[in-house]
Amino acid sequence: MRVKSKKVDLAEGDLTPMIDMAFQLIAFFMVLINFAQTESNDRVKLPSSQLVKPPEAPLEFPIILHVAKDGEIFLGGDSFTAETLRVGLNNEIAVIKAEGKSVKDANVVIRAHKDTAAGDVQEVIRVAQEVNLENFALRVKEDRS
Amino acid sequence: MKIRNREEGQETQLNMTSMIDIVFLLLIFFVMTFKIVELEGDFSVRMPLAGNDSVAMDSTELPIKLRMRADELGRLTSLSLNEIDLGQDFDQLRGNVISLIGTTTPVEGDDGPEIEIDTDYNLRYEYVIRAITAVSGYKDGNEVVKLIEKIKFAKPRR
Repeated sequence: MRVKSKKVDLAEGDLTPMIDMAFQLIAFFMVLINFAQTESNDRVKLPSSQLVKPPEAPLEFPIILHVAKDGEIFLGGDSFTAETLRVGLNNEIAVIKAEGKSVKDANVVIRAHKDTAAGDVQEVIRVAQEVNLENFALRVKEDRS
Repeated sequence: MKIRNREEGQETQLNMTSMIDIVFLLLIFFVMTFKIVELEGDFSVRMPLAGNDSVAMDSTELPIKLRMRADELGRLTSLSLNEIDLGQDFDQLRGNVISLIGTTTPVEGDDGPEIEIDTDYNLRYEYVIRAITAVSGYKDGNEVVKLIEKIKFAKPRR
């Protein structure tokens, strides 16, 4: 009987290494997690280029336009077409002007899907030009191969 | 004394189960929300509305014209730089740009050459980015050599 009770004691394994590993994994994922990546859109797959580098400083007053493959434009959660985009842009410009800056300080970041028709992107630029926006950034994925 | 010793020895064993439960919950949360961030960068294009800008009218230098043609599926069929046909070769395009601007040293400020990209409407955007990559510079080891920094688009073709 005594021997049996000793066996019960042995069955409690040492959990320390497992907890160590679990904490290490948690620390790893916590460090790498990036909540700030909210400006991406599931329907946009960017083209890639070897020449671009991630910007050192974030752009001032960015207006981020997502252009999906079928030419649909997303601006701040709303969906637009090239014809109706002007309304959305005017709202953004109103915000920028309320902060005491001019339209020319704004940066239009165009995140277009790689298979979008180039003409659709040109239409987006044309509409933005018509509301006096003039700084554009064509966002692409960095290709490090 | 003997009884006390025994009791103290037994009390030091903590119950780990609840902590491990929480730790695994946290671990699963972070694993599920984990997403490898792809690094992104920008090609900057400064394009005021044509006609409003008097500076552009003063410029004596005409922009280099790049024409891109597409088939009905949006694939690239031909490139031509200032009416010189280049086929579909982006390396050749870069070579021609280097010979056109005459130097491979980077040009500072707003005085650099300008290129106007005139593309068919249905050409895939990816090819436009490849063309912009080819004309705006090349990689020499880890250094990026810049060629043309001023890029603009022609009117969209319908």
